[in-house]
Amino acid sequence: MRTRAIIEGRSQPALPGHTRLQFDKLRQCWVLLSPERVMWPDGISVDILKLCDGEATTDQIVRALAKDYAAPEDEIRQDVTSFLQEWADKRLVVCMNS
Amino acid sequence: MPAPGPPLGMLAELTHRCPLQCPYCSNPVNLLKAGAELDTDAWLDVFSQAAELGMLQVHLSGGEPTLRQDLEVLIERLVERGVYTNLITAAVTLSEQRIASLAAAGLDHVQISFQGTNPETTELIGHYKGGHEKKLQAAHWVRAAGLPLTVNAPIHRHNIDQVEQFIDLALELDADRLEIANVQYYGWAYLNRTALLPGQEEVERQVAIVEDAVKRLRGILNIDFVTPDYYADYPKPCMGGWGNDAMVIVPDGTVLPCHAAQTITAMKFDKVPEKPLKDIWDTSEAFERFRGTTWMQEPCLSCPRKDLDFGGCRCQAFAITGDAAATDPACIKSPDHDSLLRIATRSSSAHSGDMTYRRIAAHKEPAS
Repeated sequence: MRTRAIIEGRSQPALPGHTRLQFDKLRQCWVLLSPERVMWPDGISVDILKLCDGEATTDQIVRALAKDYAAPEDEIRQDVTSFLQEWADKRLVVCMNS
Repeated sequence: MPAPGPPLGMLAELTHRCPLQCPYCSNPVNLLKAGAELDTDAWLDVFSQAAELGMLQVHLSGGEPTLRQDLEVLIERLVERGVYTNLITAAVTLSEQRIASLAAAGLDHVQISFQGTNPETTELIGHYKGGHEKKLQAAHWVRAAGLPLTVNAPIHRHNIDQVEQFIDLALELDADRLEIANVQYYGWAYLNRTALLPGQEEVERQVAIVEDAVKRLRGILNIDFVTPDYYADYPKPCMGGWGNDAMVIVPDGTVLPCHAAQTITAMKFDKVPEKPLKDIWDTSEAFERFRGTTWMQEPCLSCPRKDLDFGGCRCQAFAITGDAAATDPACIKSPDHDSLLRIATRSSSAHSGDMTYRRIAAHKEPAS
């Protein structure tokens, strides 16, 4: 039986099979499609989601984004963890190692 | 009026043919025969036009969409154009091989309806012998093929006490999502309301069970709850607003703002391929009629909730009041709210088990 994923530093987040992240040419923005639901993630959310490949850990994602955004890791960690937890709770993100 | 934004979703009713005969079917009571259905090329053209318009999701439905032998070809076209495909099926006609071929075509997601959580209820409602076992088997094959699954449970008097079991069933079948959808009373369901409407106490018990499960299963199972609006204080934001981001195409190519729109007898609807989909969406009379909020009358017009629920359901307003522009009687501000409650109370205590099953020519609408 499935359990709720709790996002930790070593979690390896991924987009589940029922979702699809794609660039919408007509609307010129990123869109995440899932059954009966369409999400319009903002710039930083898209950058997080693109790194959710099921291999990179949350720690690695935080480090990569801290570098890209030239921001302190602690700040980024808080944002990334709470975003991923929120999306995991909607089953729009799953974790490969839990 | 300014041009509307691009549509997001389409419900494509590929056929009205179906092996099941559920007495609350959302198809119209005057069902279309196979000969009236758009052919493969016409659907391919519709889907290309839809993608061009900005459509992001197509729900392939029916009747039973898998009775169309060209379903794989249609899915391939949608996948090619980047459109998310969702198959809405009763699943009694699905073989393991067919599921594999749909998956190979690129299908994104499967939704299987369950009429009950045991063979007796499933057969009572679907009027199809052995249906329950076939649905369970198909659901396992869907998951084994790596396809994500939604369990759809239409709720009414005969299965409202099975809501807990529906939740268990969805978990057992490894579904990502469970749709607990209380039957909406128009078309076949309106015809059968005395056999189907649950009482208020049962509805309140159900709401408590679902609310608890949503919390308990956060991150484990997505539960979407379509509440029974006969006992509600405010109406549903039907279709997210008329002509706002969704459309329905029925088997003969008629394009509707919502699947029950044809119950509003005075309305005229355009068809593809006779008219381009973009013209129908942008400027047709049917889509313009209730788009936005300027068509509203009181009490909707001055209501602070008008951008939240858009005055509710036009079809329900028409069914109960005879005026499609009236406030949905599900709203406490509607002058007809009490009469809706009276219908609900009278129907739910009628204890009539007689149902008119969904069949071609099972019911004749009075000539209008």
